[in-house]
Amino acid sequence: MLLSLEPRGQQSRLMLWCSPLLAAVLTLGCGSLLFAVLGHDPLQTLYTLLIAPISDLYGVSEWLVKALPILLCALGLAVAYQARIWNIGAEGQLLLGALAGSAVAVNIIDMQSRWALVLILLTGTLAGAAWAGLTAWLRTRFNANEILTSIMLNYIALNLLLFCVHGPLKDPAGFNFPESAMFGDASRLPLLVEDGRLHAGLYFALLALVAVWVLLQKSFVGFQIKVLGLDARAAGFAGFRQKPLVWLALLISGALAGLAGVCEVTGPIGQLVPQVSPGYGYAAITVAFLGRLNPIGILFASLLMALLYIGGESAQMSLNLPQAITQLFQGMMLFFLLACDVLILYRPRLNLRWARRTRTTAVQAGAL
Amino acid sequence: MDIDLLSNIFYAMIRCGTPLLLVALGELICEKSGVLNLGQEGMMLFGAVIGFIVAFNSGNLWLGVLLAMAAGMLLSALFALVALVFNANQVATGLALTIFGVGLSSFVGAAWVGKPLAGFEPLAIPYLSDIPLIGRMLFAQDLLVYLSFALFALVAWVIVKSRVGLIIQAVGENPDAASAMGLPVLRVRTLAVLFGGAMAGLAGAYLSLAYTPMWAENMSAGRGWIALALVVFASWRVWRLLLGAYLFGLASILHLVAQGLGLAIPSSLLAMLPYAATIVVLVLLSRDAVRTRLYAPVSLGQPWQAGH
Repeated sequence: MLLSLEPRGQQSRLMLWCSPLLAAVLTLGCGSLLFAVLGHDPLQTLYTLLIAPISDLYGVSEWLVKALPILLCALGLAVAYQARIWNIGAEGQLLLGALAGSAVAVNIIDMQSRWALVLILLTGTLAGAAWAGLTAWLRTRFNANEILTSIMLNYIALNLLLFCVHGPLKDPAGFNFPESAMFGDASRLPLLVEDGRLHAGLYFALLALVAVWVLLQKSFVGFQIKVLGLDARAAGFAGFRQKPLVWLALLISGALAGLAGVCEVTGPIGQLVPQVSPGYGYAAITVAFLGRLNPIGILFASLLMALLYIGGESAQMSLNLPQAITQLFQGMMLFFLLACDVLILYRPRLNLRWARRTRTTAVQAGAL
Repeated sequence: MDIDLLSNIFYAMIRCGTPLLLVALGELICEKSGVLNLGQEGMMLFGAVIGFIVAFNSGNLWLGVLLAMAAGMLLSALFALVALVFNANQVATGLALTIFGVGLSSFVGAAWVGKPLAGFEPLAIPYLSDIPLIGRMLFAQDLLVYLSFALFALVAWVIVKSRVGLIIQAVGENPDAASAMGLPVLRVRTLAVLFGGAMAGLAGAYLSLAYTPMWAENMSAGRGWIALALVVFASWRVWRLLLGAYLFGLASILHLVAQGLGLAIPSSLLAMLPYAATIVVLVLLSRDAVRTRLYAPVSLGQPWQAGH
């Protein structure tokens, strides 16, 4: 083979952080190629996708609005993935948070006190945690694979949401649309800017960012979680009890996703609708990996992902490209990341033997 | 419940179980060789959309099926490159494949949503299809269902009887020993992954060309994941895979049964059933950790490289 891989013998710290950047660059490169094939000017399209949407203050606020749920979900996933618990259920946990929060909100529409909001946020967060707790219970009690159970719970949560907006939570005065009533003013998250939808959920996200950072980098529990993830047997020998750690990681993960969901319905949306989430929970998986399961890395990765979300919307409106471009880029990025990660442990080496052999053949041919 | 209804339910059960069976057969071979490919959902969707577009434009259903299989293989080749050659984590790579496949299929298929297509029609075999109760279920299906029967027989024969099956299982149980015996471990695994991709593509084509002849985003609705659970359910044994696929098929047509019995349960609640059934089945089967470990291929999901 022309190109072979040679073990480095140790992790390359440089590549550990360069590989996500490389993946992002490769994704953009591939994307431009795709645009060119589809007959769009690549530079113009990239501008529409990545720069135009955030070129004014309103755009920046929309950007942050999209980044918040992704950031919250991805932070939670990072905790679970550090323990090697593959929680794929952030989407379902988010939906359930939104659903439970809304169920409370439509019953206290007339409540004027600020406690209304607190009550709703708490319910949503707890519901998300409980939904993840289900996965934890199935895993610790019955040894059921958490990937499959959490995925199945995503589909169940989505159907539960659909059932509720078509049934018990449907707005009686809503002309039979599958939506809940608009929440009362006291149940809405306060806005942070004059024009724009940026809401107080920003504070929760920042708080979660710091909390997860402290948990993972500075606390003993975080250390235990990491050891469990690196080597479950070593964790056992060190006397760390596995089941409570699995529970904890999944509950944190679910609570943050639930909070993201309830912030969506009490923030930008203001009611329960079937499309609460355009796949934030799945996007968060890519973000968690792209950010190297590190809170700071995840912050940047979620901003990038949110940019892809609003970019996808603007590309659909101004260039008539399918909005699925967001997901396409997501998948490409994760793929490139995993492929580039090979460079952390291996050094690529050009095998010139093949080239030399052709040269010798050429020389021999010349001698003849 | 009268006999007509029962015969209808059996018929629909096979139709619903077929895509699950096809994907699960591919994944079974893949897992037997020691590779866990979580990308089934993505490969299935990409197969579905390519199959639909090709069939729609060429008017040839079989060309659609063929290119759908090629599409599934193409994505699985990507998986093989990253997970087997670059040795990336198989779980993460599989997830990436699913996310990529979902995005790619929606992107490619955006212009084709809701277009009508005359798909595969049921083809009743004379006399045999008149057998009461099971005649319609087994002998009045479309050609792809018959193909799935044949593929099941093929995979069962390969695993249980053939030398190829032994090679695949040797590689999955102990790649080091297999390699020492001179078996090309990575090549076997790559071929197994490609076979899985082709089967997922075929299952996708079944969805978009026979089951509901149209293209809709995310039309596989988690079937790729259910198929993964099915392989666990079957404890990696091929006959139980067949049984499981049709049982899950039955779970997903329970709304028909409910209608037949005159029950009024909201459709979104009934739609949860296959997913809930998957969880219940996983719980029942994984409860005994020792048994799961006994049947699972030993090196499942572990990266392997020559010369270690």
